[in-house]
Formats: sequence, structure tokens, C-alpha cells
Amino acid sequence: MNEAVIQAEGRAAGRAEGRAMIEARGLRKSFQTRKRGKTTAVDAVVGIDLRVEAGEIFGFLGPNGAGKTTTLRMFATLLPPDGGEAVIAGADLLRKPAEVRRAIGYIAQGGGTWDDVTARQELVLQARMHGIGKAEAQRRAAQSLEAFELADYGDRNCKTYSGGQRRRVDIALGVVHRPKVVFLDEPTTGLDPQSRAHMWDMVRKLREEGMTVFLTTHYLDEADALCDRIAIIDAGRIVAEGTPAALKREISGDVVTVRVAAADAEQVGAAQSTAAQSTAAQVTTAQKAADLLAAEPYARSAEARDNGELRLAVDVGESAIPRIMRTLESAGIELSTIELHRPTLDDVFFAKTGRSLRES
Amino acid sequence: MKTLRDIWLIFQRHMLLMLRSPLWVFLGVAQPIVYLALFAPLLKPALASLDSGSMATAYRIYVPGMLVAVALGGGLYVGFGLLGEIASGVVERARVTPVSRYALVLGRSLRDVVAVLVQSAIITLLSLPLGLFVRIGDLLLAYALLALISLTSSAISYGIAIRVSNPNVLGQVINNVAQPLMLLSGTLLPIALAPLWLRRVADWNPYSWAVSGMRALFAGHSGDPAVWRSLVIMGGLVVVSLAWSARLFARSVR
Repeated sequence: MNEAVIQAEGRAAGRAEGRAMIEARGLRKSFQTRKRGKTTAVDAVVGIDLRVEAGEIFGFLGPNGAGKTTTLRMFATLLPPDGGEAVIAGADLLRKPAEVRRAIGYIAQGGGTWDDVTARQELVLQARMHGIGKAEAQRRAAQSLEAFELADYGDRNCKTYSGGQRRRVDIALGVVHRPKVVFLDEPTTGLDPQSRAHMWDMVRKLREEGMTVFLTTHYLDEADALCDRIAIIDAGRIVAEGTPAALKREISGDVVTVRVAAADAEQVGAAQSTAAQSTAAQVTTAQKAADLLAAEPYARSAEARDNGELRLAVDVGESAIPRIMRTLESAGIELSTIELHRPTLDDVFFAKTGRSLRES
Repeated sequence: MKTLRDIWLIFQRHMLLMLRSPLWVFLGVAQPIVYLALFAPLLKPALASLDSGSMATAYRIYVPGMLVAVALGGGLYVGFGLLGEIASGVVERARVTPVSRYALVLGRSLRDVVAVLVQSAIITLLSLPLGLFVRIGDLLLAYALLALISLTSSAISYGIAIRVSNPNVLGQVINNVAQPLMLLSGTLLPIALAPLWLRRVADWNPYSWAVSGMRALFAGHSGDPAVWRSLVIMGGLVVVSLAWSARLFARSVR
């Protein structure tokens, strides 16, 4: 296991005893739709149980229409839940929405700025809507423009901004009052790769400043790279929850593919050796290696294939590789290549729902 | 106290937006000015039966009606702006702050009042060379009445906009509300010219009373009972319509 993974898991584990910033139980929401005069209820969210610790970047991963935005909007006090309960930053969502609003920042997918005012004016207004005095609001606006690398454009009208700049203005607006919890709805949808990477840095910076981040995404790599913990949501319910690494491990563990060197190639002599002879020798060696490795405690299974390759299913690939190498070395078997395949979050999604996230 | 501060905050923002694109304030007076120049002379013979029949009297009857039409007709269409803002996400952004939900409507309505008063001042000034004469005290009282009318019409428009929520439907609904209110208040043609049964129907239209009050003020009869009656009726309607739309808004957006 690499260091970053260990650290991330350690952080998540440490937080488990920490302070919950979002705690939801049985949160439900359905919408009434009318078709040809008939009213039917569509269940958007059928029961969300969730706990997000202070200081986490928590991701809500799922396909479009899974209920991500609906859940987020309930948390952000924009949509009254039909049932269940939630406590956000210590305030009861259903009974004290005003108190929740003071503690949270919300950044909608489409943002929300007037075209004909400047980012600075928007930031001042936003701070003032949070009850901050005029002088302090102006100070914070200037600070935010600096922090979000908008100082050069801060006095231009919002309609002149590029996609990435606009997104940074949206985030700056969402956190100008320094909330405890920030809700981000699809923060990088529609951004170019460079702006996306930039946005990830911004989100990490929010966490460094002590905010808890809750975001929705349908990007696998975003959930994987940015989030400490994720919940996979499908058809209105959470189907899996954990650190990205733990979720992937839970599914199938890692797969290590080993290719043994063509044994005794020198002895046979390059000129006389036929390809068939060489491969046959390889297969024998691979089979021997597989038998050896299958007995090792870290291997779930080991299987030799006809092409001189052997596949091992292991729990944690990084720690298995050096042990595999030692085992084979001490048996006098030479390796030519060793490869680590890790399951992706898409494999996790597939295992839980029977569908691929890329297809849906 | 907090609500007042919030109203001021939202009002300031909408004033800023209005100053950023002042074009529509002037577009709003274009039609009344055309009416003033072309329609009033046409009306002179018709109005002759009511008064001496001079051009000055024609304007004294026509201008106050025109001003009510601006405050009422213009105000009823402000709901489109609110729907636009809801669609753009700025309303949602405000909703996740502790800002007063009432302020989000009242701040806008006050901006609408300022717009109507600016338009009214332009129309009044342009009417002076045409022979309009009105005392400054009466004029200020008339503007106060216009401010009340404008508050009611914009509040009603916001209320309907929240109820309807679809801009295409909103246009139809507003047209259907505006037409009878305008025709039955005698803004352009005095209702005094109408047959008795129509006048009885118009008595049920609060804006008809507002127009009577405005005409009395422009005629220099500030002591006329029509003046205080119109102020009281419009004042009451302000309270009712603002409470209705602000509550509707607060409830629809939580």
C-alpha cells in the first residue's frame, strides 16, 4: 500500500471517532409528476443514511438521475425532505434551516451570478447577505479575489469570464462567509482538463482551511483522486460507501500478472530453440510458480495461463509484489515482467448495480 | 431591523442593475410619450363634454391617467424579471443565505417604484410645454399615490409569476389581468364617459379610484374626497398584495 493511501485511510479512520458535520438518517424525497392528468410520485431519493466527518472531502458518485442533486439540495435547505432527518454542522435540517444556512455554503452546478455586475460586487453582496458588515464584506471580497486567483478580473462584469473563471467566482461566492460545510454540485462538469485540475486544487485548499466538503460527481477519476471518502448512489439509494481504495479492494482485491522469463534460453541455444520449445518451458515454469505462490498467505488464488503468464488475485497489490518476487527468487524462478492491475470505481459500480457507470 | 437592512441590500443591488442598463427605463416612457403627442389631441373633442375643451384641460385629464397606466401596466410585467433571475440561479444563491425571504421580493418592488417615478417625472416634464399645469404640492402627493400603485402592481406581478412559473404562460395571464384593470380604471379614456352599468362595474376596480384621485390632484383639487379615498384604497391594497406575494415567495422557496 503506498503512503498516500495509508495516510488517507488513516485520516478517514481517525475521523470516524471525530465530529460529524453531516449526519443523515432515512432522508427521502419524491416528486409529483403529472402525465395526462394522472399524478404519479417519482421517488428521487428513497432513504439516505450518511455520516460525513469534519474535514473530509466526501464525494457522492452516481449516474445522472441517481438522486445526487436532490440529496444535495435537501442538505442545502433548498428542498424540504419528505421524511428522515439530518443534522448539518450541529443544526437540525428540518427544524432549524436558518441555522443550517449560516453554517453552510452552496455552489450550484450552474452557478448563479448577475451578468452585469463584477465579481467583487457579487462577493460583497454575498457576504452582506450573510449578515457581515459593509467594511468587513469589502475586505473579504478582496481576500477572496486574491485566494481564488481572480484579482486581475475582479472588477470586470461576470458575463466576460471564461468557464474556469466563472466556476472560481461561484466557489468564492459559496465560501466568502467561511462556512463549516461546503456543498458543491458537479464542480467540474463542462470544464477543460486544465481547469478541472485547477478546481481540484481549489477544493483541496478549502479542506486545508478547515472546511468540510460535500460534492457530487459522475466522474470516476474525480471521485477517486479528490475525495477522501465516497458514497456510490444509484436509483436514490446508497449502494456502497468507503474510501475509494477500500471500495475497490472490497470488490475483488488487486490482480498481479507475472510473466516468467524463458527458462534456460541460453542453454538451449538461441539458434536451435524453437518458439514452441521456449513457450513450453515457460508454461512449465509458470505452473511451478503458480503452485508455489498459491500456498502463500497473501494470495487469494494463483493461476497459470498457456502463454507463460500467471495471474494472482491478492488483497493489496503494492505489498504483494515484493513478496511475490522474493518467493520466486528463492525458488530460482526468473521473472521478466510483473504488472499490477487495480479495480476501478467503475468495477465497484458494476459489482453493486450490474451496470457500468460509463454507460449510464 | 434585519429585514429592513436586507430590503435595503437587495434594493441597492437592483438599483445597480438598473443603472447598468438604463435603456429599459427610457423604453418604458417611449410609448406613453407617443400617446401623449398623438392620442391626446384626438381626445380633446371627446373630453370637451367634461370640461371647457382646451388643450390644457385635455392634458390635465389625460396625463394623470397616463401615469397610472405606466405604474399599473408597467408594474404588472416585472414578474418576467423575477422568473429570469430564478432561472439564472441568483435567487437560489440568495436562498442558501440567511437573508430575509421577504427582502428578496420587497427589495425588487422598491426598485420598480423608483423606475416608475423616474418615468413619471419624464412624462410630467415633457407634458409641461404642451400646456399641463400642476402645483408642486399636488404633484408630490400624486407621485406618492403612484408609488403605492406601483408597489401593488409589481407585488401582484411577482405573486402571479411565482404561481405560474412558466414565462410563456405568464405573458398570457398578465395580459388577461392587465386588460380589464386598465380599461375599467379609465386610464386612457375617463370612465365618466362610460354608461352607468360600466361605471358601477368600475367602482369595484381599485385602480379606478386611484385614477380619480390622480385626476383630482392634477386638477388642483387636493381637498377632493377622491384623493384621500384613493390613498387609503391603494395603501390597503399595498399591504394585501405585498403580504400575498412575499408570503407566496417565502413559502415557495422556503
